[in-house]
Amino acid sequence: MGGFSHLSDEMLVSRLQRAAFSYLTDYADADTGLVADTSRPGSPCSIAVVGFALSAYPVAVENGWLSRAKAARLTLRVLKFFLDSAQSEAPDATGYKGFYYHFLDMKTGRRVWQCELSLIDTALLIAGVLVAAGHFDGDGIESEIRDHADALYGRVDWHWAQNSTSGLSQGWKPECGFLHYGWEGYNEATILYILGLGSPTFPLSASCYETWSLTYQWENLLDHNVLYSGPLFTHLFSHAWIDFRGIRDGFMREKNSDYFENTKSAIAIHREYGERNPYEFEGYCRDLWGVTAGEGPSVASSRGKGRDRRFYGYMSRGVPYGPDDGTISPWAMLATLPFTPEAALAGTRHLLERYPQVCSDDRFSSGFNPTLRDGDGGWLSQGWFGLDQGLLAISIENHRSGLIWEIMRRCPYIRAGLAHAGFSGGWL
Amino acid sequence: MQRTTPAALSDDEASLLRRVRPQDWRNPRPKSLYDLAIIGAGPAGIAAAEYAARRGFTVALIERAVLGGDSLHTGSVPSKAIIRTADIYGGMRDADEFGAPLPEQPAFDFAAAMDRLRRIRTRIAVYHSVHDLTALGIDIFFGEARFAGPDKLVVDATPLPFRKVLIATGARPKIPGIPGLKETGYRTSSTIFEMTALPKRLAVIGGGPLGCELAQAFCRMGAQVTIVQNNPKFLPREERDAAEILNWSMARDGMEIRLNTVVIAARREGDTKILETLNNEVKGEIAADEILVCTGRVPNIEALDLAAAGIASNPRRGVTVDGFLCSSNPDVYAAGDACLPLKFTNAAQSSARRAVANALLQAGQKHDNSVIPWCTYCSPEIAHIGLQVWDAHRQSIPIKSYTVMLNDIDRAITDGEETGFVKIHVAEGSDRILGATIVASHASELINEIAVIMSTGIGMQALAEVIHTYPAQSGAIMLAAQAYRRDTDSTVLQTPSGKPLV
Repeated sequence: MGGFSHLSDEMLVSRLQRAAFSYLTDYADADTGLVADTSRPGSPCSIAVVGFALSAYPVAVENGWLSRAKAARLTLRVLKFFLDSAQSEAPDATGYKGFYYHFLDMKTGRRVWQCELSLIDTALLIAGVLVAAGHFDGDGIESEIRDHADALYGRVDWHWAQNSTSGLSQGWKPECGFLHYGWEGYNEATILYILGLGSPTFPLSASCYETWSLTYQWENLLDHNVLYSGPLFTHLFSHAWIDFRGIRDGFMREKNSDYFENTKSAIAIHREYGERNPYEFEGYCRDLWGVTAGEGPSVASSRGKGRDRRFYGYMSRGVPYGPDDGTISPWAMLATLPFTPEAALAGTRHLLERYPQVCSDDRFSSGFNPTLRDGDGGWLSQGWFGLDQGLLAISIENHRSGLIWEIMRRCPYIRAGLAHAGFSGGWL
Repeated sequence: MQRTTPAALSDDEASLLRRVRPQDWRNPRPKSLYDLAIIGAGPAGIAAAEYAARRGFTVALIERAVLGGDSLHTGSVPSKAIIRTADIYGGMRDADEFGAPLPEQPAFDFAAAMDRLRRIRTRIAVYHSVHDLTALGIDIFFGEARFAGPDKLVVDATPLPFRKVLIATGARPKIPGIPGLKETGYRTSSTIFEMTALPKRLAVIGGGPLGCELAQAFCRMGAQVTIVQNNPKFLPREERDAAEILNWSMARDGMEIRLNTVVIAARREGDTKILETLNNEVKGEIAADEILVCTGRVPNIEALDLAAAGIASNPRRGVTVDGFLCSSNPDVYAAGDACLPLKFTNAAQSSARRAVANALLQAGQKHDNSVIPWCTYCSPEIAHIGLQVWDAHRQSIPIKSYTVMLNDIDRAITDGEETGFVKIHVAEGSDRILGATIVASHASELINEIAVIMSTGIGMQALAEVIHTYPAQSGAIMLAAQAYRRDTDSTVLQTPSGKPLV
């Protein structure tokens, strides 16, 4: 596998982690500190990517890629930006009620694309803010970081986002108010609920988490017991910050499982699905999987192996119910390292050997579809996506040292949020 | 019930009318007292009339239009006939997958499809005919019924003395108050089958069972169909995984899907009908040749003067009944769409028999929604029985679902009908089946196995032992039970890898 086959597991993972991290500094704006959603020219900032970047600066410090002072300066710059940003109902503000728009102009920080004020992406940003506060425990600039972090977290009006219901809206727009999409079923939003419940200022009402968990489905699927959610990333995002090993909420106590074990089950289902490969997609096997949300081919339908082949563009893909168009996210197998290291490494090595084009400059592309013959080796998403790189940098670190988990275990807001959601046991 | 009789009569329609409303019909002279007077001769009314008459009771059956109700004339029967046509024609698209490529897609013959529909309706009407019902001793009155007091019922001007009354007047399409809709012109499930040509462009308002079925069928027959649903998902009563599979299937068929979208106005420009829509803040327009409104059903109770008999009701929910289907007037019962939230033919018939047993035989039978299976006849079909997972959570019942994907079932693979799943909900800590959702080409058939299992109280353990034909799509039900056994029996080897044997 070209540049990787000679590397030990540890060296391989290290190299990929460092490249993933470097996206977060390479594609940050020098003035605002905002980080681009993708490496493509003109990409706006995604606030979720900023959350991953804030979480990854301590990783870089611990690995010797950034000095502590430099990391602190980068951190403070972006926290200051958000604290000073325009918060109002104006359609071009940066945020409102302490939340932020999903996509922002890299230079001005103003809302772009008429996008939504995003609850989940604000939660991912705030998770990074709290990592920064937990890591930088010194004086001077580090003390400023903690003050800014408290201010940013404290002003998020989570309760407002309930829109006078017992549930949570997915977002809000100045043009039409709260968006009419429900959260049905388990997904990546656990971190959002935990942060909302832990707020000292505007917490979610206690029943909110329970209302969500009423929509969960505990299933025996492909012979594995799982709290079902189709896309793989939903089993990884909240887990980047919270160490779910051994702690359980009411739902998991009843099922005698936890959210860490659940992710392992989900991974097993993804691998088994890859092996069965019911739609006969090119490449799928026990060591090639990773169906999740992400970019895919935006091309017309075609026929192959006597079937209609439809391709979906940007889409949340899932297993085993679908949708699945043969697109996998090449970074996804490696991101499962903290849960199933053998599977993550076997899959990643197989992928790099068979389809080396999915990793350029040591960074994984966002999407890859070997079924769609587009040139030689299948369709490949161009450039890199910040979410993928950020999640990889943090997940690999959690696997190696547990750094982010350790920081967040000490975070009083996370502990309070978990307690309000009914979590107990283990490190709690 | 249909208010008007069709104007132009083909041979089939003449035969149909002979069976459901003979043109030379004269109402009989009323008896001095009927044990049971039934208002409405749809599935509920006819089932009630037969049930009572076969047990020796005197029965008056009143109908203002034709026997058979919506189910026969504008609902289940014609829609399933047209869906079958759509399956055959739409399925030709995939013929090459089976090694049977068509030289070219044949033209669609809408008139032939509608002729078939009318022949089928006429054939099936024989089972609910005036002839058969009168042969059972039932007195049929065609006319408009209304109450004139707590114990007074009249048909047109004729009083019908009764001991008990069953209201079985059904429901009709609900029309939303969209500005301009009436002036623009629209069809409902009651009038869609009166079309004489396939519309080139069809806009369907409503993504419930009826809207999804008809939208997909017309799409598969070749119309350009856009469906507008105000909810974030289709079939809000079904679980997300089922609704999403339907979503993808409709997209595969080429339908334009507008979820989370409301219609705010309608207008006409020449021959084109235009719907103005709103999705969050984004405005849109849909141009169509026909508009089909499928936004629910309202009970037919306005003409009955229920208040005169002291019968409580609600314009949206219909006649108010207790668990035994008795209204606030102890001599008046109701059944079917006129009082039930589950507006299905099978629910109408079972509730009707139950109401009659309670009214005339003091049977004390409770109406029970939890054992009524239902199905949305899309491609694939989506069927359900019993509790949904969220029902169980709300009742604090620990629940676990055993799921088998159809693409793991040999027969589904050989049939090329792999889209869907069998999901059986079990009360954790036992093998008791609480409900099931089946998405499959023939889910309406498969769900009946679960109905039998649930009504006889068979659990997952015993079900795992029931030998099924091989290969069969219903093997998925047995495999779900076998997954249960592997999961709960620690003496069975757990082998999560590898494909199951059946």
